[in-house]
Amino acid sequence: MDKVLFGDNQFFAVNHASDEKARAQSIRFKEDAAIIKVIDQAIALGINTFMCTTHDRIGNLCNHIRENPENYRNFKIYPCMPYAHKYANAVTELGIMGTIKQYLPGNLFSTFAKGGFAFLSKDFIGLMELLIDAEMKMFKGINTPVIFIQNVLVDMILGLKMYDVFKEYDSYIRKKYNAEPGYITMNMPALLDALNGMGIENPIICSSINKIGFRMSGGIEIYEKYLKERRFQPIAMQVLAAGALRPKEAIEYLSQFPQIESVLFGASSKVHIQETKELIEYHLCESMVGY
Amino acid sequence: MIKGAIIGLGKMGISHASIVGAHPDVEMVAVCDTSSLVLDAFKKFSAVKTYSDYKELIIKESLDFVLIATPTRFHYPMVKYALENKLHVFCEKPFALTTTEGEELVQMATDNSLVNQVGYHNHFIGTFREMKRLLQTGILGDLIHFTGEAYGPVVTKEKGGTWRSKPEEGGGCLYDYASHVINLIQEILARPVKASGTQLKSIYSKGVEDAVYGTLILENGLSGLLSVNWSDETFRKMSTSITVQGKNGKIECDATEIKIYLKEASPKEKLEKGWTIKYITDLAIPVNFYLRGEEYSAQIDNFIDCIKTKRQTVYNTFEQGLYTDKVIEMIISDYKKQ
Repeated sequence: MDKVLFGDNQFFAVNHASDEKARAQSIRFKEDAAIIKVIDQAIALGINTFMCTTHDRIGNLCNHIRENPENYRNFKIYPCMPYAHKYANAVTELGIMGTIKQYLPGNLFSTFAKGGFAFLSKDFIGLMELLIDAEMKMFKGINTPVIFIQNVLVDMILGLKMYDVFKEYDSYIRKKYNAEPGYITMNMPALLDALNGMGIENPIICSSINKIGFRMSGGIEIYEKYLKERRFQPIAMQVLAAGALRPKEAIEYLSQFPQIESVLFGASSKVHIQETKELIEYHLCESMVGY
Repeated sequence: MIKGAIIGLGKMGISHASIVGAHPDVEMVAVCDTSSLVLDAFKKFSAVKTYSDYKELIIKESLDFVLIATPTRFHYPMVKYALENKLHVFCEKPFALTTTEGEELVQMATDNSLVNQVGYHNHFIGTFREMKRLLQTGILGDLIHFTGEAYGPVVTKEKGGTWRSKPEEGGGCLYDYASHVINLIQEILARPVKASGTQLKSIYSKGVEDAVYGTLILENGLSGLLSVNWSDETFRKMSTSITVQGKNGKIECDATEIKIYLKEASPKEKLEKGWTIKYITDLAIPVNFYLRGEEYSAQIDNFIDCIKTKRQTVYNTFEQGLYTDKVIEMIISDYKKQ
């Protein structure tokens, strides 16, 4: 994985510290062209991996990439599925069956319905695979070497202790997409224990890692212990703790954990992208010496 | 270990099941729902027992508590049955469909000294806690006005068909969305005693309102506005806020930040003259397990801690939930009068 992964929260009105800032971002990125412009700036600065949710608007970006392959030759996308709010709002309105019906592609739902719910209910893994395929459709023809499940789903499965689902996800992503499965979580230590317990070794886990322990459930101490002692491929996100930390001190903190493979960050301006990228490369690559 | 079960496995119930399942002091013994699809998933992938009849679950299993997250019309019979069987109860909001039923449940829980809590999770968000604390210090001086708001994209098209589109079953924006705001106003400011100028507007739904607007007058005489709309797709997810204007300044608070404007600095609170913004990054309540927000785990942690230490919760008692139901009734009756 690249050292620097470019995220998409800034494009889709996600700001963990301020709803008001989030709103301002949603106005700025109303047009797809505004998103493409920032991504092109990131590419020009040498960032080649974009980690994004399976938001409807990412589909438009994917079309643009397919139409202009010469500009995106080394470009990779790490999809993160599902775009949770889409489903959460649908479940409130339509219920669980209604939501499955809405998001299953084409006539698949009626195919299932014809076979009766008994069939559907005995084939959860088949259903999961169908939903993954539906989410992955927009990335056809684009290089997606790592495919993530979003934290809301990972953590829900983790709490329910339905660890077999991780195993099935893991093998399906490898088999069908020839990609490495990744997990986003707000509960990294518990997740790593669960994955290892299922025989999933050295997994890619993206979690909050920051100096003030923000969204590091269970406490910063156990996170630091796992980062030092356990074998996995950590991606650090929320390194600025939603803006509570300055970039320099935030990235310096990460440099004590040589195992961190990549840092995920989002920014909307060229200056910020460049600054953060240089900080990450300076501190993280330096710490790799002798590792 | 404290033993518990979840009744109702919709969006909230599954989320609670996950949080309860991850709690180090709790053994989640069983779950109950009428959907065979959801029960089959639990049967196939987890070790908990599954039931489609809540009475059977309560009778057969040895439990300390149940968590009830069914559609609102089932709250009364289910909570009652659980209390009769001497179980501590956590019940999703809104509490009950009628205040008569609600009062009976409050009485039963009190008489039996059982821990009783309702799922108004905003009280476990650090920013709202800070707002309440600041207001209690009297930092704003005499209060002039408040605004309680919530917006989100739940119903954005003309369709629907679950219980949430049936007013007689506790559906609609008033029960679902506005109840959160009313409860916040009630617990942070003071209890509303009168509703006036109520507007209930249907936008896309048939049979229920998608927006609630009106005035609330509180027991301390303060008045303010309620403005809630669940058909507002300019919001990515539910966004709830309370603004209070006082003689000495103003506080605006939502789940991510609290903005304080003071005409004069407050050295005691270390607040400068003019604007100060405090963020959730500094105010969040630490939790051991995170799903969708610290507040969802923090409220369960509180409930479990109350059971362990044999004390009653300060936050979200049945009685507080019942009072919110009473305000909902005031709002409906004001609307019907017009």
